[in-house]
Parts: sequence; structure tokens; C-alpha cells
Amino acid sequence: MTEGLDKIVSIVKEKFEFDLLRSEVLVDFPTIVVKNERVVEIISYLYDHPEAKFQFLTTLCGIHLPEVNQIVVMYQLHNLITNQRLRIKTFLPVDNPVIPTLTTVFPSANWMERETYDFYGVVFQGHPNLKRILNVDDMIIFPMRKEYPLEDQVREDKNDAMFGR
Amino acid sequence: MTTMEEKAIVSDQYYKAEEKQYSYLNLGPTHPATHGIFQNVLKMDGEVIVDATPTIGYIHRAFEKLAERRPFYQITPITDRLNYCSAPINNIGWHMTVEKLLGIEIPKRVHYLRVIIMELARITDHLICNAVIGVDTGALTGFVYLFQHRELVYEIYEEICGARLTSNIGRIGGFERDFSPKAWEKIDKFLKEFPGVLKEFENLLVRNRIFMDRSIGVGGISEEKALGYSFTGPNLRAAGVDYDVRVAIPYSSYEDFEFIIPVGQNGDVYDRFMVRQEEMWQSLSIIRQAIEKLPDGPFHADVPDFYLPPKEEVYHNMEALIYHFKIVMGETDVPKGEVYHSVEGGNGELGFYLISDGGRTPFRLHFRRPCFIYYQAYPEMIKGSMLSDAILTLSSMNVIAGELDA
Repeated sequence: MTEGLDKIVSIVKEKFEFDLLRSEVLVDFPTIVVKNERVVEIISYLYDHPEAKFQFLTTLCGIHLPEVNQIVVMYQLHNLITNQRLRIKTFLPVDNPVIPTLTTVFPSANWMERETYDFYGVVFQGHPNLKRILNVDDMIIFPMRKEYPLEDQVREDKNDAMFGR
Repeated sequence: MTTMEEKAIVSDQYYKAEEKQYSYLNLGPTHPATHGIFQNVLKMDGEVIVDATPTIGYIHRAFEKLAERRPFYQITPITDRLNYCSAPINNIGWHMTVEKLLGIEIPKRVHYLRVIIMELARITDHLICNAVIGVDTGALTGFVYLFQHRELVYEIYEEICGARLTSNIGRIGGFERDFSPKAWEKIDKFLKEFPGVLKEFENLLVRNRIFMDRSIGVGGISEEKALGYSFTGPNLRAAGVDYDVRVAIPYSSYEDFEFIIPVGQNGDVYDRFMVRQEEMWQSLSIIRQAIEKLPDGPFHADVPDFYLPPKEEVYHNMEALIYHFKIVMGETDVPKGEVYHSVEGGNGELGFYLISDGGRTPFRLHFRRPCFIYYQAYPEMIKGSMLSDAILTLSSMNVIAGELDA
């Protein structure tokens, strides 16, 4: 697995030497962390590069990290020919989570980005139809952020002190 | 002339100039032909679809948020409700994700038992889809006939875990009990009876003139577009790409079995039907191989920290009582980590992306739901086709509302 990661890192470093922040293998998945403003450029570069050819977008999602006040956008790419996988992460500030859209490279990113916007409020610049997808349109919060608890924490009719969930 | 009349004339002119051929049709949300809660606002030119706007989220239940407040073993019932046509695949996929995070060694027998269950689930999933394709082309007989045998599979689930549709099958580390002799009897009965039924169903439709006229060349998608829209599962294979998670990234000892991946050519309704049909035959063969090669051994991994001890033990054995208490109260330490595990679900690559911060619940759990990802290609697939073909395309894509909306 590490050979796969090393190869990807060297390919990315050919062109984006200063935009690659970190790389590691998480369990069995090569992961790289890149600067948020270059992420789409890097993905389209990896799409076209003859040795990388990551031409399948497996999934895309957001993660909220309240301790560092950041939102992560995670992309998972797959090369179906060599069966190589890659996870790309990028960090955005919670106050202004803006990132270019990936729909220019993968049409399937359309709904996945809408879902990420719906739950985390990440604004994908250039997205053709960025509006809520699963929640109601007039919702005013981004519900998957950690500051919104699942239930009202001040409810008094429910005592979860012993068997808290 | 009053202002009202003026307005009417203006809007009429506008209508004539801009939209004169088009009418709008609201297909869904609860339409008997859509098999689930899907809304599509169709822009129609006569009977031809010009454009479609799908609206989803009618049965959104916030599973990803719910999962952040539930211990790992309580997330299994949530996964039941994703693709409820093949719930055991989702359950087992989730168990395997947690096992990957914990780094547990799973006995070979558990792998084989899981393969049997997952392939039975795949048969039921494909069987519903293909039977419904038949219904939408006007052949109700096959549907009623096949559902009798879906019932046999549900009886097998019932014998193994006690539940039928939302199965909640197995546990982290294996199964809660070994398969009973009755369960093996039922599996044998199914394996004996089902091939004949499937063959008869195939004879009913595969070379049927009416069915072929209705389905060949309808709702097609090219290989490039299918890859661009991140299709997986039978829909991608019907378009001609031989990607199957069972072969590409084998899990649960799938590498031990001989089976072929059927691939289509045009990606149309007929190809999707045929790919699913062939996959059912392959599943039957995998189940037979698994039963034949089934090794002896324990039916669960030896992980007392995560696998609930038997109830009698809890009453008479101090250690078992401690483990039971710790598991139920969520006091066991889970390693920190980040894993992605994918299984070949009923309609594509079902992935679980789990981040654990060492707490009793996941920090973040993301489901890669194949339906959600490929349903966005639906407007493009039905553009320029007839309304009745749009309905057939929807049912042949096997979009399950539970998985679509999570």
C-alpha cells in the first residue's frame, strides 16, 4: 500500500509541490491532504495523468472538526484499471467554507456536493444548482455540524443520566 | 378592457411564444408506478419527455446524524433501512467495517456463512427488481410467481436471526448463533426449488417479443457516461464495465469462489435485466460452493470485548457478566481510526466511511449509497423517451427510496 501512496505523492509533487500538505496510509487507504484552493486542479490533474488516471469518483463527504473550527471535504477516487484507490482531504474554515466545484470533472459530484452543502454548508463555487437536497428548503441550519445536537439537550422529561445514549 | 383581461392576454402570448408545445407532468411523489417515493417534474412535449427535475428526500431520516449518537452495535438496525430489499448485505457490510477498525481476525466459517447470507440477499434484491421490470411491461404473472420464492428466503433469515425484512442479522465478530439444522433444511429446499422457478421466469420474458420490444434500446447509458456518473453494480456492468467489488477488492473470502461477472453491452433496460438474471444464477452457484466447502469452526470471532457473551454465561460467570455490562453500557475502548469498507450491495458499491475518535459512538459515519449517486443520471437517461419508458427505466435502475434518502 505504501508503494501506491509514494507513487501518487511523487506524481502530485511533479506539479503541485507546495500544495501537498500531508500523506499517510490509513488502515488500507492512501490519503493525501492538499490545500483547499487547488484541490479541484489536483483531482483533474490526477484524472488526466497517464500514470494516475483516477477516473472514478467513489464518494465525497464533509466532516466537521469543532476543536480546530474547520470543515473537511473528503474525496475518494478510484482507478478501476489498476484498482488503486486514493482519498483526498482538504480543510476549510467553518466561517467561510468555500471551495471550487468538482462537477466540471465528474458529473456525479453534482448531488454529492449538494448533499455536503445541505449538511455542512460548504459552498461549491461554480456548481450548477447548489441548493438543499435532502432537507427542506427553508431550513436555516446545517444540521450535521457538531454544534447541533440530535435532541434538545435541555429536555427535562427525559433522564439519560444513567443510560445515556 | 380590464387589467385582468390584459394580463391574461399577455400571459397567453407568453405561453404561445415560449412554451407552446410543453406541458408539465408531476410524476410522483406517491405514484403507483414509481415503486417508492420519487417525485419527478417532467417537461413534456406531447408524450415525449424534454426535461425532468427529480426531487428527493421524502423519507430522509438523518441516519448519519443518528449514527453519531449510537454505539456501534446499535447502528446495525439503521443499516437495515438503507436498501431494505437486501438488508443482510448492509448489516454484514457494517459489521465488517467495524471489524476492520478493530483489526479483528474472523474465522473462515463466519466468512462462508456470511457469503451464503449475502448471496441469498442478492438473489432477493435482483428478483424484486426483475419481477418489477416485468410488471411495468405488463407481465404480472412472473412477479406473483417469484414473490412466492422470495418468501422462502425470508423464512431462511427468520430461522437464522428471527427477523424477516429488517433483518439485523449477525453481530460484530460473527453470528449470534450457528445455523440451525432447520435453517440448513430451508436453504437446501430453496436451492432445490428456486432454479426451476428462475428458469421458468426467464422463459417467460427473455425471448418474449413484447418484452424485448419494450426494453431493448430503452433507457440506455453509455460506458463513459455511466462511469462519469459513478454508476456501480449491475447498472454499470450492463453498460459494459466489469467492476464488481467482490472481485476488485475481495472481502469475506470471496476470492475462494469461482464465479463470473456478467457484463452487458448497451446499458439499456434489457441488458440490466439480463445482468441481474445472470447474477442470480452466479449467486446460486456461489451458495452451493460455500456449502460444499464450508469449514468447521466457531461461528464468531473470539473478541469478548465486543461480542456479547451467551445469556446463561452472564448469569453464572463473573467475567461474562463484566463483558456484558461493558458492552451494553458502551465502556469498551475502541481504537481511534479512519476506515472505509465497501461491499457489493444489491445495486452497487455500498461503502461505509467510519471515523472513530475512540468514543463509544462513531465521530462520523458516511454511507456511500449507490442509489443516491446513480439516480442523478435519471433525467439524462429519460430525455427524449416516452413517459412509459421513463417508468420502465426507473424500475430497471432499481432505485430504493430508503437508500436514496438515507
